[in-house]
Parts: sequence; structure tokens; C-alpha cells
Amino acid sequence: MSARCFAPVAMLRDAGLSALVALGLFVALIGLRLVPTDNGLELQYRGWLLLAVVVAVFVGRLLLLVWRAGRPVGTPTPRRLAEGITRAGRWVAPLFLLLALTLPLYSGRYVIDVGILVMTYVMLGWGLNIVVGLAGLLDLGYVAFYAVGAYSYALFSTTFHLGFWETLPLAGLLAACWGVILGFPVLRLRGDYLAIVTLAFGEIIRVVLINWTSFTGGPNGVSDIPRPTLFGLKFNASGDPDTFSAFFGIDYSITQRFVFLYYVILGLALLTNWVSLRLRRLPLGRAWEALREDEIACRALGINVTVTKLTAFAIGATFGGFAGAFFATRQGFVSPESFTFIESALVLAIVVLGGLGSQLGVALAALVMIGGSELFRDFAEYRMLVFGVALVVMMILRPRGLVSGRVPSVALRSRKEISAELVAQGRG
Amino acid sequence: MPVAYALQQLINGVTLGMIYGLIAVGYTMVYGIIGMINFAHGDVFMIGAFLSLIGLTLLAGFGITYVPLAIALALIAACGIAALYGWTVERIAYRPLRGSFRLAPLISAIGMSIVLQNFVQVSQGARDLNLQPLIPGGMSLMEQDGFVVQLSWMQVVISVVTLALLALFTWLVTRTPLGRAMRACEQDLKMASLLGIDTDRTISLTFVIGAVLATVAGMLFLLYYGSINFFIGFSAGVKAFTAAVLGGIGSLPGAVLGGLAIGLIESFWSGYASVPYKNVAAFSVLVIVLIFMPSGLLGRADIEKV
Repeated sequence: MSARCFAPVAMLRDAGLSALVALGLFVALIGLRLVPTDNGLELQYRGWLLLAVVVAVFVGRLLLLVWRAGRPVGTPTPRRLAEGITRAGRWVAPLFLLLALTLPLYSGRYVIDVGILVMTYVMLGWGLNIVVGLAGLLDLGYVAFYAVGAYSYALFSTTFHLGFWETLPLAGLLAACWGVILGFPVLRLRGDYLAIVTLAFGEIIRVVLINWTSFTGGPNGVSDIPRPTLFGLKFNASGDPDTFSAFFGIDYSITQRFVFLYYVILGLALLTNWVSLRLRRLPLGRAWEALREDEIACRALGINVTVTKLTAFAIGATFGGFAGAFFATRQGFVSPESFTFIESALVLAIVVLGGLGSQLGVALAALVMIGGSELFRDFAEYRMLVFGVALVVMMILRPRGLVSGRVPSVALRSRKEISAELVAQGRG
Repeated sequence: MPVAYALQQLINGVTLGMIYGLIAVGYTMVYGIIGMINFAHGDVFMIGAFLSLIGLTLLAGFGITYVPLAIALALIAACGIAALYGWTVERIAYRPLRGSFRLAPLISAIGMSIVLQNFVQVSQGARDLNLQPLIPGGMSLMEQDGFVVQLSWMQVVISVVTLALLALFTWLVTRTPLGRAMRACEQDLKMASLLGIDTDRTISLTFVIGAVLATVAGMLFLLYYGSINFFIGFSAGVKAFTAAVLGGIGSLPGAVLGGLAIGLIESFWSGYASVPYKNVAAFSVLVIVLIFMPSGLLGRADIEKV
């Protein structure tokens, strides 16, 4: 373990070059600002800001170089950290489950609300993991199924006055149908052709939601969506006998509804996890993983590729639909704005960052990404900027995801963990 | 009326298609060489449009009001800076991930796209910025039942600039050492590097050229529509990428052909059916074409050897 050579002159030159590049990049976009006025555009000069940014780049680059030079060559820190996470996986997963189950006991309404959001993305991540992680089909339009689920519940409940629990299976079913509808035309497509068609599919659904005003309410969306009930008990302050607080004879508090919603989404997420873990052991799940490893070999072995791909899309979509129905009932309001491409990208980023095919990794990634961006809530303007930077940095540091080991779904004698490098990513 | 109306849609569609084609060339070039979707390319186009607008405003402030000169100077400066953006994006977000598995650069590119979009939103504001038309006027080609077919000078400029640029670019790819290196990298990156081609440099220059073409498209977009915001890169980028896929990704003539196809579909659909659903029409045509020709119009079939 020897330190890299320490060369101050080269470092200064490197940092100086970086500062020069930063100057070139930012001279127009930070140094000048376009201000619309009554008589055309005017420019506002921001020289000091530009100087500050360039100096910051210089210092930052220098610090990075010094840090790198001082670091021993060999296993980089993040990798060791992640190996630790993987090794600890046996007790980390139950610990997280315990923490998740007991969260409402020791936290306030805000934390529970963030927990609901994180759990929604954990569920979406696990759902997409079936399509991308197990079957190896790159789906950039997952948000379409989320939207189908949300609008199904919104429209069924406001038009036919169906409750959340009656509509949930319907929402899943409809999303699954859309999964098959998307699946059929893309059966022959591979790789990035598949990616662009799924992206286009997500956009088509969104454009239809915006413009089919008579059915979906257009850009205004659907509002006054009923909240879910616990075996018919409502959560509100009316004091009627069919409310939760009156039935149990306790004082009404708005936290009760949040706790209930939290356990609903936790239950749905755990259902997703359980189903995908069980499916992996079934012939169908094994066929998905075989498809991801080598499609040609699959065909040669007589696996029906059509059915395998379609079921992957359908089952992944079902969970997206469930999550969508939950989203609608949590918000009480849906509009096309919630289903933009950025949501699909976010869920895909969670799956890739967690480590394709790793259930624990996806949950950790959702916690880091959603919980992390919640920390920046006060800096709303910079939130997405920081989020984008974090995506790039995390991919560079850990391209294979947070959890770098995989346990094979089936093995001959003992199931030995292998590196994620050995798992194919699929070409579909 | 029907002929005149159709002719007008044809003119509008070709103009739009030229802009898509210019952006699509950047996608298809990068895809051909390193096999990744450069999601940030649409945002480089947006940055090009912003740089053009800043340049034009700055020059107007200096009192340079002769339109061709102002546009040329602003375009050169914008291309220079946007080229630096293209280079930096590749250097920071893609080069460390080269040779990594397929999805890592894709996520990194999506991250970079979010960064560029929000950087411009934070630094230049989220409002629409408007520019009064610099190249006004046009000519009427024909008149039928009171419907006048207009060809504006701006549309002529867009077509001429795009065709000239594509001719220059074709010459660059087919006749120069850099173009030869690019084609070699496209065929086999590892073999090209074994034969002494500086692949890092070639890839960097590919991004630079793509960024320059996108900036020209951004300038034309700005002059044609007269209004830009930080979000224009997304929809233009998605449609340009659709054009590249439609034409057969990796094929340069395919990118232009796909761009024209998408432009014409959009314009005819807007003219004869409904404006809000024009994107649905473009994407549906993409899906239908890919069902019957899975590798696009001019793409090579992807043969997998076992």
C-alpha cells in the first residue's frame, strides 16, 4: 500500500486548466444573465459570481487531487464500504425491516410522510426491478403504468364511487393490460430501440392524459379522490360512528391517517418484494433470468420468449399500477404533471444505483435518493441540480450499484454469493 | 386550396425536420462510436440556443446591428462555448464509465441532462425569453382559393444552412483523417486503438462536433420560433433521438432522413388532424416502423453471432 507520488506543480497546472475550462463554460451563462424588460432583453453582469465559481472549481480540483494522491492505491473506500454492506446484508435487511415496521412509533408526522414517499419509490423500484433487473428489459417508460394505476383509481372512485380496496386489484389489472399492450410491439426490439419505444410510450400516455379533457380532466387532473378506509372505518374529524377515532373511542389526530397510509404502502411494498422473491424460484422467474443472461440460448432451450417477456412487462406493470393507485389515494388529487419522464428516470436510477436485481440495494437506493433530496427541500431551486450531480457522481463511484454481490436464485448445492460483475445486464 | 395547404405543410415540415436532423446527427454519431444514448445532447442544444441569445443581446448592446454579422459572430462564440460543454460532459460523465456495463452511462447521461437543465434554470431563470424576429419577410409561392402559400426567408435560411452544414460534415466524415478515425472507431473501438488511433481524442472530437451541430440547430430554433426556455432541450432531444432511431441509429443519412420524416409527420398531423396529438403521431409512426423494420429505415440489421 504505497501512496501515489505527490507532485505540486502538476497538480497546480491541472487545477489551473480546470479553472480555465470552468471560466469558458461559465463566462456566458453565469457571468451574464438575460433579464426580460419592457423594451426587449437586457443583460445583467455578474463578474464576482463568475470569479467565485472559477475559484471554487480551482480549489475543489486541487483538493480532489491532493486527496487522491494521499489515498493509498488499492481498494477504493466506497468499494470496501459496499463490501461491508454486502457482508452485513444478512442482518442489515432484517434490521431495516424492523426499523421500517416500527417507524411510526417513534417519529412525527413529517418523518412518517417522508417514509410514505420513500416506501412508494421502494415499491416502484422493486416493481421495475422485475423488468430491468430480472428480465433485463430496459424500460424508460415505467411511469406510464404508475399513471394508469393512479388514473384508474381516480376515475373509478370519482365516477363509480368504488373504494380503494375494491379498485386496487382493478388498477393492477389495467396496468398489466397496458404492460402487455406495450410488450407486444417491442418483442422484437432490443437494447436502445426498446429504450426509446418505452420512453415514447410513457410520453404518449402523458400527452393523452393532458389532452383527453372530457375523460381525464386534462391538465387540471382529477381531484377529490376519496381516502382509503380501514375495513370501512374512515380517517376524519367528523366524529361519525364509522370513523376510526370514534370506533375505538380515541381522540382524532391527523397523524392516525398518516400512520395508516404508511402501513398500507409498507404492506404493498413488502408484497412486491415477497412476490418477486418467490417468482425468482418459479420456472417463470428462472426463465426471466435466463433471458437476461442469453436470449439465443433461451430460444435454443425451448423457452417461450414471447410469454416470458410479456409476463415480465405485465407483472412489473401490475406493481406500478398498485403504487399508482396508492399515490392517487395519498394525494387525493392526480394530474399529468406527476407522470413526467423524470419520474421514470428516477425509478430507473434507483434500480441501477441499488444494483440491478438486488432487493436490498433498491431499498437502500430509494432511501438515499428520496430521503437525501428531502434534505434539500429548503433549497428547492438547487434541489434538482444537486440531484443530477449526485446521480453522475454515484454512477462514477459505483457503476454496479450499492450492493455489489448477488446470490443466485437457484444453485446446485450451496448458494454462494458472486460479484455483480458476473451477472449479465440483458440486451433487451 | 388542398394543394396549396399541403404545400404549406410540406414547407413547414421540411423546415422543422432540418432542425431535428441537425440534432439527430449528434445522437447517431455518439451512438455509432460508443454505443450509448447521450441523453444530455438535447440539453446541449438548449444551451446552444441560450448562448446564441446571450451573444445576440451582447452584440446589440455593443451597437452591432447589422444582422448577418451579429448572427455570425454570436454563432461562432456560441459554438465555441457549446463545444466546450460537449467536451466537458464527455470528460466528466462518460469517460470514467467507458467499458462499464450498459446502464451506468445511461443513468450518468440522464443525471447530466438534469444538471444542465437545472443549471440553466438557476442561472438564467425559468421564464420564456423572447427575441424579436431578425430575419422577417418572405415570399408567397402560389395562391389558391384565397390561401397563400408562404415561404419565409427564415425557412430558406434554415434549409440552406442545414444543407451546407451537412455537406461540410459529410466531407469531414468521408474525406478527412479525423473522419476516417471516427469511422474506424465506429467499426471496432478496440481494434482502432490497437492500430494507433487516439480513440479518446476521436471520441472527444465527436462530442465537440455534435455540440457544434446542436448549437447551430439551437440558433436556428431561436431565430425561427423567437422564444426559448430551459426546458426546450427535452422535447427536441426526445424527438431528435426518435428521428435517429427511425432512420436507423448509427447511420448519418438515416438521421437526416428520420428528422425529415418526424418533421413532416408532425406538420401534416398538425395541419390535418389535431395539434395536441402531433407527438403521439410521431411516436406511433416510430413504433410502427420499428415493428416491421426493427433496425430503422437505413440501419444495419444487428446480427448476433453465437
